[in-house]
Amino acid sequence: MAEILTAIFNTSNLSATVRMATPIALAAMGGSFSERSGVINLGLEGMILSGAFAGVLGSYISGNPWLGVLLAVAAGGMMGLILAFFAVGLKADHVVSGVGLNIFALGLTTWLMQVIWKSRGTSEAVAGLKEVSLPLIRDVPVLGAILGTNSPLVYLMLILVFLGWAVLFRTPWGLRIRVVGEHPEAADTLGIKVHRIQYACVVLSGCLAGLGGAYLSLGQLNWFSMNMSAGRGYMALAANIFGQWNPLGGLLASFLFSFTDALQMRIQAAGIAWPNEVIQMLPYLLTVAVLAGAVIRSRPPAALGRHYEPGRNT
Amino acid sequence: MGTDALRMRGITKRFGRIPANDAVDFTVAKGEIHCLLGENGAGKTTLMKVLFGLHKKDAGEILLDGRPVEISSPGDAIAGGIGMVHQHFMLVGRLTVTENIIAGREPRSGFLLDYRRAREMVREISGRYGLKVDPDARVEEISVGQQQRVEILKALLREAELLIFDEPTAVLTPPEVQELFGVMRRLKASGKTMIFITHKLKETMEISDRVTILRDGRKVATVETARTTPARLAEMMVGREVELRVARPEVTRGERILALKDLRVKGADGRYRLNGVNLEIHRGEILGIAGVEGNGQLELEEVVAGLLKPAQGRVWLGAEEITALDPGAIRARGVAYIPSDRLRRGLIGSFSAARNLILGSQRGRAFAPGGILRHRRIEEEARRLVADFDIRAASVHEPAAALSGGNQQKVVIARELSRRPELVVAAQPTRGVDVGAVEYIHRQLLKMRGEGKGVLLISAELDELRALSDRIAVLYEGRIVAEGPSGGFTEQELGLLMAGEGK
Repeated sequence: MAEILTAIFNTSNLSATVRMATPIALAAMGGSFSERSGVINLGLEGMILSGAFAGVLGSYISGNPWLGVLLAVAAGGMMGLILAFFAVGLKADHVVSGVGLNIFALGLTTWLMQVIWKSRGTSEAVAGLKEVSLPLIRDVPVLGAILGTNSPLVYLMLILVFLGWAVLFRTPWGLRIRVVGEHPEAADTLGIKVHRIQYACVVLSGCLAGLGGAYLSLGQLNWFSMNMSAGRGYMALAANIFGQWNPLGGLLASFLFSFTDALQMRIQAAGIAWPNEVIQMLPYLLTVAVLAGAVIRSRPPAALGRHYEPGRNT
Repeated sequence: MGTDALRMRGITKRFGRIPANDAVDFTVAKGEIHCLLGENGAGKTTLMKVLFGLHKKDAGEILLDGRPVEISSPGDAIAGGIGMVHQHFMLVGRLTVTENIIAGREPRSGFLLDYRRAREMVREISGRYGLKVDPDARVEEISVGQQQRVEILKALLREAELLIFDEPTAVLTPPEVQELFGVMRRLKASGKTMIFITHKLKETMEISDRVTILRDGRKVATVETARTTPARLAEMMVGREVELRVARPEVTRGERILALKDLRVKGADGRYRLNGVNLEIHRGEILGIAGVEGNGQLELEEVVAGLLKPAQGRVWLGAEEITALDPGAIRARGVAYIPSDRLRRGLIGSFSAARNLILGSQRGRAFAPGGILRHRRIEEEARRLVADFDIRAASVHEPAAALSGGNQQKVVIARELSRRPELVVAAQPTRGVDVGAVEYIHRQLLKMRGEGKGVLLISAELDELRALSDRIAVLYEGRIVAEGPSGGFTEQELGLLMAGEGK
């Protein structure tokens, strides 16, 4: 038992949790903005993937990984614009638009990789982001080991999540977003521009997911590989729901998901005398149990997935 | 009354090829309460949505305080000093009263929303006009009357000088209506101008200074309220003379046709929607159920129709217990059902009028011998019903959704009453139905009564209940709080009983 506890509450385990949660939490916050404005965002997966690709491409061309990060944010935002154009502008079904975007992003990044790097599997290695070490925090016991030295994008993620929460729940713009996602007709009669807010939110969600993608390809690694988002967009969407469409909740949910994942690897490595299958099952069991409890009580924005046309619905 | 607060000239608005407003002129003087009266589909709401920027007009011009304005969005209307209290409230249930009121013009401190000042703004404005609300309550947790106050406050906070009330009394109890009228008089005293959209003659007479009547998208007349009568208004609304109150002849009461014993129905939240209801209806009798919506009426109609099974209690039709029977079996035993939500329960919008007219009989030998639908027979029957029940449709192939509210209701009534029922369950049978069709529906219900059927009439309209019912029972929070001959209640008494403040 003591072995298991040390395996769980182990600083390298917790630090792995924070790192693995970073792209998911960023995309989950993107999901919060998009869905709070009423647009279901299943395209997070494709947005992460595009960001990961564009990040490596930017660094490859310029030699500067930070320009890669910028390009990743722009590429994610571009994907967001495409999704908004279909789901909001053309009033296509949100789910279909999102899934379509994911397929498009997978095909486009795989093809471009072949064109640019003549490779089917991975890109060439490029300049990645260097880890930074925070002078004060580094020396605090435990916390220093978890948060002291990390990719700058990890810190940026923590700042952005708090900012995102404040924007959604403490600013006039956030209130307008929430009104749009709950009751677009009401927003319209208050003089709030419904479609403009939805476009802005979906593009912003793309930028955030793109940044998450840059963390995968430039923060954790320094190359791009085919389909490297590997389902994180869907996990982000689940984290967003689990987190009650709140960036802070999404962050906690991302921690939970990545913690169970890190744990599972750790327990296997620790050589505890349980069958591997049981150990590998643990994180999923935990996730299912927690999600089942949370989803029952969750309450999505009332107008989520609905199309709004001024002067028609009222 | 000084200058005109609003002039609308030659407003035309078409949906497809049909004009909803046809060259309408409408002038409102500063500081008056002006009723916009008309049947459903007369174009009242369309005209006001044009004014509020929710519909684009096809022709015409709008002048506010004498100045021509172009209003292409609600934002323009708000900037021009127009506020609208919508029939279906434009409120977000999970947000607070304060958030709902200030959204779109939030006080800021830096980048942040200044909640403290927002709350003070709400307090100040609600104090100034005597509209009491709790600024921190969630909108979904306050009463409908309070929600309406929030709607009014939203307009007032935006410095509206001209307020549009779209059928504001439809959702209110009689005491709440009086309270609303009090608020409107106070607003008038403080110099506001108000447009009151309604189809209720009594309210028009009570609150307005002038009345403009619309019919079929055209303006009929503008008259001073003091110089007209309800009968005259009804005639202008409908275009012919209307009997506002159909006569109820004497009918001898027969044997018992429906009995409800200690009926209890639990809602999803565990509270009783019906809590020990006992009722009886005899042949040749109309029993009226009065009550504010949401006090168990929906559960009552659905239990009798067999759509909802009670947690406890029993239902008899004649001598037979029908508590456990399914809706089809109950229909087969002679229960006609006119549901309160005709679009959800009464009709299939995308089906033709003809198919809707035979719904429920589609498996019988009459229309589907050998299991194959015979379209010619269905059409013949539909033509007969359309003629008998005076349904106005371009053809029997027209989809039900394309008919007016009154004609949709006539389709339901034709189908249900043509099946020679023993008991008629009529829930809100004249809701959203124009005055002419109301008269017709009332006659049909009285005809059933005259033929010795029993009628359970559930209605929110007190005039209707008092005119048609032999007896009235008042439903409040799932209980019958009063029951007696309809002549035994005054309107005020019923109003108080419905609000739970009975004697």
